[in-house]
Parts: sequence; C-alpha cells; structure tokens
Amino acid sequence: MSSVERNEAPTKKTSGGFNIDFKALGPFLALVGLFILGTLINEAFLSGGNLSNIFTRAAFIGIIAVGATFVITAGGIDLSVGSMAAFISGAMIVVMNGLVATLGAGVETVLLGILLSVVLGIGAGAVNGLVSTKGKIEAFIVTLGTMGIYRSLVTYMADGGTLSLDFDIRGVYRPVYYGDVMGIPIPVLVFFAVAVAGYVLLNMTPFGRKCFAIGSNEQVARYSAIHVDRVKTLTYVIQGLCVSIATIIYVPRLGSASSSTGVLWELEAIAAVIIGGTMLKGGYGRIWGTVIGAIMLTTIGNILNLTDAISNYLNGAVQGLIIIVAVFLQRGDWRRKKSK
Amino acid sequence: MSDTAAHAVKPDAEGRVRLSGRKICKSFGLAQVLFDVSIDLHAGEVHALLGENGAGKSTLVKILSGYHQPSSGELILDQKPVTFDDSEVGEAHGVILIHQELNLAEQLTVEENIFLGREIKRGWFLDKAAMRAEAKKLLDQLQCDIDPRTRIRDLAVSDRQMVEIAKALSKKADILILDEPTAVLTGREVDILFDQIKRLRAQGVGILYISHKLDEIKAIADRVTVLRDGQHIATETVAELEKDDMARLMVGRDIQQMFPDRHADDGAEIALSVRDVSVDGLVRDASFDLRRGEVLGFAGIVGAGRTALMEAIIGLRERSSGQIERNGEPVKITSLQDAKKCGIAYLTKDRKGSGLLLNMDMRPNLTLLALEKFGRVFLNRKAEEDALETAIEAFDIRAADRKSKVGDFSGGNQQKLLLAKVMETDPDIVIIDEPTRGIDIGTKSQIYHFIGDLTDRGKSVILLSSEMPEMLGLSDRIAVMAGGRITGILVGDGRNEHEIMRHATGISGKQGASVHE
Repeated sequence: MSSVERNEAPTKKTSGGFNIDFKALGPFLALVGLFILGTLINEAFLSGGNLSNIFTRAAFIGIIAVGATFVITAGGIDLSVGSMAAFISGAMIVVMNGLVATLGAGVETVLLGILLSVVLGIGAGAVNGLVSTKGKIEAFIVTLGTMGIYRSLVTYMADGGTLSLDFDIRGVYRPVYYGDVMGIPIPVLVFFAVAVAGYVLLNMTPFGRKCFAIGSNEQVARYSAIHVDRVKTLTYVIQGLCVSIATIIYVPRLGSASSSTGVLWELEAIAAVIIGGTMLKGGYGRIWGTVIGAIMLTTIGNILNLTDAISNYLNGAVQGLIIIVAVFLQRGDWRRKKSK
Repeated sequence: MSDTAAHAVKPDAEGRVRLSGRKICKSFGLAQVLFDVSIDLHAGEVHALLGENGAGKSTLVKILSGYHQPSSGELILDQKPVTFDDSEVGEAHGVILIHQELNLAEQLTVEENIFLGREIKRGWFLDKAAMRAEAKKLLDQLQCDIDPRTRIRDLAVSDRQMVEIAKALSKKADILILDEPTAVLTGREVDILFDQIKRLRAQGVGILYISHKLDEIKAIADRVTVLRDGQHIATETVAELEKDDMARLMVGRDIQQMFPDRHADDGAEIALSVRDVSVDGLVRDASFDLRRGEVLGFAGIVGAGRTALMEAIIGLRERSSGQIERNGEPVKITSLQDAKKCGIAYLTKDRKGSGLLLNMDMRPNLTLLALEKFGRVFLNRKAEEDALETAIEAFDIRAADRKSKVGDFSGGNQQKLLLAKVMETDPDIVIIDEPTRGIDIGTKSQIYHFIGDLTDRGKSVILLSSEMPEMLGLSDRIAVMAGGRITGILVGDGRNEHEIMRHATGISGKQGASVHE
C-alpha cells in the first residue's frame, strides 16, 4: 500500500507536438507548395507583376475573411457579405454620382462616398448581429435573409443593369486601387493593416478572448459575466466594417456595380477562414491562417490561368477540392487511432 | 432477433470467473495510468471498482470493454484469451459499458435508441411493430414504466439510465459495466436503479460498478476492487470492510478531518439580505439574511426552487418581486455583471456545461470571469500566467501539463479550477451549487477546507448541496426549501437530517423561519 507518485489528469493526451505544428504550419506549407507548383508550371508565375496581381486580388476576399474570422470564432456565420459588398458599392456609386452636381468631382466627394460605405457596413453588420442575438434567430437564417435583401436592393438601384461611377470621380478615386507605396499596391497594404489589426484584436485583447469563449461554449461565457449578445453583435459589426473596407478598394477597380458584383464572395471568405484553420463551429480562430487561406484561393485561380493542363472553368472544382482536403488534413483524425 | 431469454439464470455460472484482466498496463503518450492491474469479474456478482479521480477506473473499464487497447497485459473471457479490437467486438462478446455521460440520441424515441444501428427489418423496411414490442418487453423486464415511443429528451435522467440498461440487455449483456451511474440520480432514482441491478445479478449477469460513494458500495456490491494512482490496491469482500477501511484503501491515508472547524460569529454584520424574492412559478417570497463569515446551507429536494432562487439573486433569472441588500444598502442586480460588481460570485453545479471551456487550457479558463483585471485594452499574458501559478498553488490543482485541455482533467481538478476562476473576482459572497458532485473523497475534503478558509477570511458562503453529510458538516445554518418557499431556517441542534427532511417534504415548516407570508 505504499504511496506512489501521482499522475493526475493523464487521460486522452493528444499524440504529441507534431500534431500541433502541423496544424499551425499546414496552411503555410500548402501555400509554399502552391507557389512551387506555380513556378514549375510557368516561370512568369514568380514575376513581380503576377505576384502583385495575386496579392491585390486576394485583398478583397482577405479583408472580408478577416472579419469573418471574428464571426466564426464567436460561433456565428455571415452569409450576407457578398451581397452587402454589392449593395454598398451600388450605394457609393449612386451617392457619389449625385454629389458631383453640388460638390464637384473632387476628393470631398470620394471621402463622403467612403464615409457612406463605412456607415453602411457598420449598420448592416449591426442589423445582422442585433436581429440574430436580440431576435434569437439563427445567424444562418438571418444572414441568408439579408443576403437576399442586399442583393435585390442593388439590382433595384441599378434597375437590373449596371451602375457606373462618374468618369471624373474615377480619375480621382483610381489611385486607391491602382496606386502603390514603394511598389506595394495600396490594396495589399490595406489588407496587411486590416490583418494586423485583426490579429491584435483577436489575440491580445479581452474582446478577442471573449469571442473565443463564446464560440467555445456560449453558456460558459454567459456564466462568466460576459455580455454575450453585445460581443456577438460586435463581431458582425467588425464583419460589416471589413466588407466596407473591401468595397472602398473594390469600387475604383471597375468603377461599376451590378447584381453580379460580389457573387459567392461569402463562400470564398468562409473558405479562406476554414482553410486557415479556424473551426467552423467556433471557439478557435486564426487570423494569419485566414490571410494565407485567402491568398491560396487566389493563387489557385492564378495558376489555372497560367496553364493549359486544367481548364480555367474548373477553378471552382479545384478550390472546392483544396478546401475539403485542407480541413481533412487539419483535423488530424486520419492519423490518430480510433479511440473513444 | 434479440432473444432476451438468453439472460435466464445459469446456475452453474454462479461464482465462475467470466472476465479477467491480467497485468493490464496502459500509457497515454508518456503518462502511464495503469500499472499491472488484475481484476476478476464473476457471473452473478456486483463488483465495485473504487478509487479517487484519476486512479484509473475509467481507463480500466474502457480496456475491459474494448474502447481502449492495453499497452500490455491480456483479457481473458471464459478462460480464453481475447482481444477486443473495439467496443463493438466487446459488445459482441457480451461486455457492455454504460458511460457516465449517457450516449442516447435525444431526438429519437426510446425504441429507436434501443435498436439504434441494429434495427429490426422486414425486407428493406423497418419493422417498427417488432421493435416496439421488443422494447416494451425489455422495459417490462426492468419493471420500468416508460412508453417506448417517448422521445429521450422528454425523459428524466434516471429513466434514460434505464433505457441504456435496456439497450445493453437487448445486446445480450453478460457483463455490464456501469461508470458512476448514480452521479446524476436522486435518492429515489438510486433505489430504483439498485433494484434493477439486483435483478440482473440474480439473472447471472456480472456487474462492474464504478463509484466513489462508499454508502452505495456497501449497499449494492459483493466485492470491491480498490485502485489508487493506477495500481491495484486490494480486492476484498464488501461485507468484511467498513466504510472507513474503504476510504483508507482509496486515499492511502486516514482522512484526519473531513470538514473544517466551524466557528461562525452569529453577531457578525449582515452581508446580504434577500427580501421577498419571487420567481414566477418557481420561488415564492423567499427571504433570508447572510452574515459575514458564515456558511448558509440551502437544502431541499430537487425542484424545491433552490437553484432558481440563487439564479434570481445573481441576475441570471428574472425576479417577479423582491429586493436585495448588500451591507444594508439596496442594490439593483439584473445581470451577472451586476452581481459581480456587488461582490457576489456563483459557482455553477454544471462545471462542464456552464463552468469551464473544456477545449481550452487552464489560463483562459481561470481569467475569463475577471478579464478586466488582466487588462482593459490589451491582455497581460504575464499577469495571467502569474495568476495561474498562484491558483495552482493555492487550490492544489494537479495537471500533468499546463497546456493540456481542461476537458481532459479529472472532475476534482476541474472543480478546483472552477473555484479558482470564481475567486479571481475576489468576491465577498460565494454561492456554491453542488461543490463536490462526482469528486473523490480526498479532493472533497480539500474543497471543504477551501470553503472553511473563505469564511475565515470574512467571506460568506451559500451552499447548495444534495449531499447530506456536507450540508451538515459545513453549514452554520441551514435554510430548507420546499415548493418554492423557504420552509425553515435551522440553527444549532436543529440542523439534523430528520429536521431537514421534515421541512423539505413540507411535514413541518415555518417555525424559526423568517418567512413573510
């Protein structure tokens, strides 16, 4: 009956450090793999122009996906972001065109347009958040509804056609998309800034911690004196703000908006988040993973453009496959022995 | 299919060894949790498996039933070595484990659950009539009056347990392993369960019964095997052991003093005053005072309104009337945030469902309730680590790895962490709901002494418990509730089991109680 050394809580240890490293580095390694593949297929892949193109394209989805990381980490989902982007684009164009008569086609007009975008983004996010929390309706349903609403609003504003930005404003607004600082395109800089801000907010502040807690177990969060509804609503507001920022960069690119603007962006954003290692059921989120996920999705399309081996029309199929494989690899179950 | 007659008495099986584990070792990664453990299970016996949290009981039964594979050692079934590759193979051999957390599909009916994955079919279609009849037969056999068409979510926990047992019977269980079946049952439900266990024993089923409730083991078990720290300590006939002996075998030392010395000052100022609090349909006009440094127990049968009253006090539940005063000042508490500001903390009885984030490690769990203390703009990770260091020390939390998930901790360590989490807010009043549910005796005593320390430091404690010894051992006064009312507040010699039961069942009431009618 001699006393032995204690070893408490040893149950169910995960199978070592390799697992965790793989999870954290997986998306990054996959991206490196894609870049190597791209280079092998076509040397032009690594050219400055092409890389700049990839990152600039990735910025739209990436910025939206940073917002989506908050929503999903806190256990929610936002399906309305693509429609929201289209609606905000349309509203910006209509209002800026209307202001030309009074303010002229100057910087003031563009700034007002940007302000409008921010207000609309925050407002739309708040609507999604408040209706789902106060109304106690599943976020999936609420944002499915607002997705339809925003989409039809932009179609209505454009009268079924296309809204085009005033030619003179385009000239003023153009640098926001096409400009660069020391060779780095402005959208890429904005993307980076949003990602850094998102990282800090999610990982270093009480707010971020509360997002993790709510996504992990809402009841525990409630019993920990967290204003669950407030935090959840804020995640949708952050999402709305991110959509607005993405839209501000998007509008000068084409200078137009129509009912087909931003179609399927919500799914690409969610895909980027999931590829990055954030858990769809909430409780665990990773901003850098999301950034890499967004870049991966764009890179796939880019590589398919550079090769004839696979038709560009199969872009969606390849992306879909990558998403499924990525999640499968991250789960790690395939290596672990079945245990219950 | 499912010929339940297979459970008929096998006279020659009486006392025969059915299932043995021989020199079982098990390691998870680097941590070894079982060391050369051997156990024999006879047909027609109730064999108790006793041990503290983390002693290796659950791991052992998971190996015996095929959920885990032993690192070394072997299983012998009816004198032949066997290997259970997984639990299905174990079940095919008649060894069935009923988990502590029941595994039933809540949205399905009783009959659908019993035959889940083994549905009776006629051609390509389900033979619902046959399944219903069979389910009815099984439940009748257990003398259990449940309609097979009821959905699981509409059943009481004890009935769900019966469904699990019926399911096990339908799989022709010769050996039934019950992992702490009474953890969530009330006294009456435990009696029903014991009747069923005795019936199964009479039919020749070998039953391995995990528990750390010594009373239960005395009441139901024939033999007991004690595990400690993954080692086999003893296997004895229960009739030859006193409860103290079992406790000593389990803990490895005498428990000097289960409860702390209580010396509350009944002249101390009133810290919390609750006046005429009602909650629609659950609590009516509850009033009581809580003094500094006292433990006020709240006793009552399940559904008496104790938890509802506490939730109303801390703002988790809407009050239809009533006031609350802190140190003589009226306070407005409509949310848990308000309660926190008033220095009132609540320790939930559901530590897994509403207490701890099981998929996270200790640090975020510890600081979650008092996050603002660790930074308003940015969280100070160093301060969090320091707080964790202090808490591990102060509450004797034993985790092999600080990075491991809280969900993998033993119940005792989870409870200590939950206590540490709540104490991070430095409350003056701590409401503790079922502080030791599912916790071994050594850790229990530790938690009782933590509670004693709190009151020594001038904090007040409200204790809700369904365990009579801890209610009597810890409380200075005991408020008893029945039907949503406080029927009495017992002090001094009035604090005894008899008086509590009389008030809880409404036989006597109101004497000595500060109840406003």
